[in-house]
Amino acid sequence: MRDFSYFRAASTEEASRAMLDAGAMLLAGGTTLLDLAKCGVSEPDTLVDITHLAGLGDIAVDANGATIGALAKMGEVADHPGVKAAFPAVAQSLSLAASAQLRNMATIGGNLLQRTRCSYFREPGVFPACNKRNPGSGCSAIGGVTRNHAVLGTSRACIAVNPGDLAVALVAFDAYVEMGRRRVAIEDLYMLPGETPDWETVLKNGEIITGIGIPASVAAKNSTYLKVRDRQSYEFAAASAAVGIEFEADGKTVRDIRVALGGVATKPWRARAVEQSLIGTVLDVEAVEKASRLSMEGAVSHGGNSYKIELAPRVVARAILTMGGLA
Amino acid sequence: MTRTIHLSLDINGKRHELDVEPRVTLLDALRESLALTGTKKGCDQGQCGACTCHVDGKRVLSCLTLAAQVEGRQITTIEGIAAENGDLHPVQAAFIENDAFQCGYCTPGQIMSAVACIREGHAGSEEEIREYMSGNLCRCGAYNSIVAAVREAASAVTTGIEAKDKVEVA
Ligand SMILES: Cc1cc2nc3c(=O)[nH]c(=O)nc-3n(C[C@H](O)[C@H](O)[C@H](O)COP(=O)(O)OP(=O)(O)OC[C@H]3O[C@@H](n4cnc5c(N)ncnc54)[C@H](O)[C@@H]3O)c2cc1C
Ligand code: SF4
Ligand code: FES
Ligand code: FES
Repeated sequence: MRDFSYFRAASTEEASRAMLDAGAMLLAGGTTLLDLAKCGVSEPDTLVDITHLAGLGDIAVDANGATIGALAKMGEVADHPGVKAAFPAVAQSLSLAASAQLRNMATIGGNLLQRTRCSYFREPGVFPACNKRNPGSGCSAIGGVTRNHAVLGTSRACIAVNPGDLAVALVAFDAYVEMGRRRVAIEDLYMLPGETPDWETVLKNGEIITGIGIPASVAAKNSTYLKVRDRQSYEFAAASAAVGIEFEADGKTVRDIRVALGGVATKPWRARAVEQSLIGTVLDVEAVEKASRLSMEGAVSHGGNSYKIELAPRVVARAILTMGGLA
Repeated sequence: MTRTIHLSLDINGKRHELDVEPRVTLLDALRESLALTGTKKGCDQGQCGACTCHVDGKRVLSCLTLAAQVEGRQITTIEGIAAENGDLHPVQAAFIENDAFQCGYCTPGQIMSAVACIREGHAGSEEEIREYMSGNLCRCGAYNSIVAAVREAASAVTTGIEAKDKVEVA
């Protein structure tokens, strides 16, 4: 790990000012940043530690929804009774992520900005070609081992998965992220790789996420996060789905349904085609399985990851059927 | 260019003063500067749990924590959990009783994780223990005995036989 200097910010303003220096990076839980610094991917000159800032760790839930400070820990949000009651999929996406130790360290703001686990990206010494790390250098993954790479939202420049679980649940329930007074929908926070995979979010240089908000809805309250992975725990998703459903007064016709996918796309992926095809219908196994296949519209296999095109719709279908009382 | 910073760290109830480079992790500070080598380095990348310590009573990975970040926090390592008179912590005793290790390399991390797992109330069933201890890998595969040890220690603690945890803040 390259040497850097350390600055403990006493206020958000002080942190913003310190971030004006080129080479400065914000340090929250450090579980992405220090890991990537050790890999030689991140090379900060200064780390601006924001974990001692007061007032950015609060979690509040009321009838309108939840507001969560950027410094709240993954574990605190996962265990929060109000979040668990009003947004089960959000709480589950966190409790099924990483490990208990990491969840005690990692913050919500840092979680949303975690980087891809593409193993070529993480090994600059062995694989110099990576457009995300080094624009224009090529992509070592394309034509390589792609078992953990994306099938949706890819480009010829980059096929890396956005590995986060929380953002998948947030994108399903129209959450937003706040940078002081600026507010951006989670769906608009992330950018597709296109020709510039090094550019991952719409955040401006040095901009600090201060918190997130999740509007309350019946679908969010009646929701689940299903995560399928290579081992039972402490592993990123091979494919995952956040699903929430609101039924009409008859208790079986779908009034509102939210479906988002993780582990298969270059950004947290809302599957609106699946939602549209099920709204107004009464759920049955066959229709749900058929609708779930729409989540793979436009999917592209790169060889090793072709199993995801089979797996993801099944994960979506199982999550919907579970919420519909049919699984 | 080498920069060093001065840190005061509160470890196992004792204040330590040290000068380190800002990039030094808590794990390296413990092992290299303070000769507290009970905490182990496995992967150094957050993937194995061997380096698990407690900061303000919560389990964390010392390999992904900068020493500079934990100034002013209460740090507990494996060296700090036995009683002053040398009596083992109930979790340590349960690991010996259940033969919950082979090479022993993952064991300090397993024990620190288990102490926290029990305190969090996440040791209610075998299934729950497996899930909440999943951040600690054991390459010798002593998992069955580790789960048995955590179960035994959890019931010892909840029945109040020996729940003393002297150095930790709540
Ligand atoms: C072994 C392992 C397993 C994991 N498994 C999972 C998993 O299964 N699912 C999952 O979702 N995640 C998983 N993770 C990723 C983990 O959740 C993230 O590393 C963590 O959430 C990042 O949060 P942090 O506070 O540690 O961020 P940091 O590492 O401190 O920061 C991450 C990035 O965000 C920036 N940043 C941090 N806070 C802010 C802010 N407030 N405003 C603007 N920028 C900011 C930093 O500058 C940095 O670039 C795993 C990580 C590891 C190491
Ligand atoms: S998939 Fe993206 S992150 Fe991975 S090597 Fe290719 S360009 Fe880099
Ligand atoms: S050494 Fe810290 S998790 Fe492996
Ligand atoms: S006892 Fe050898 S790694 Fe666990």
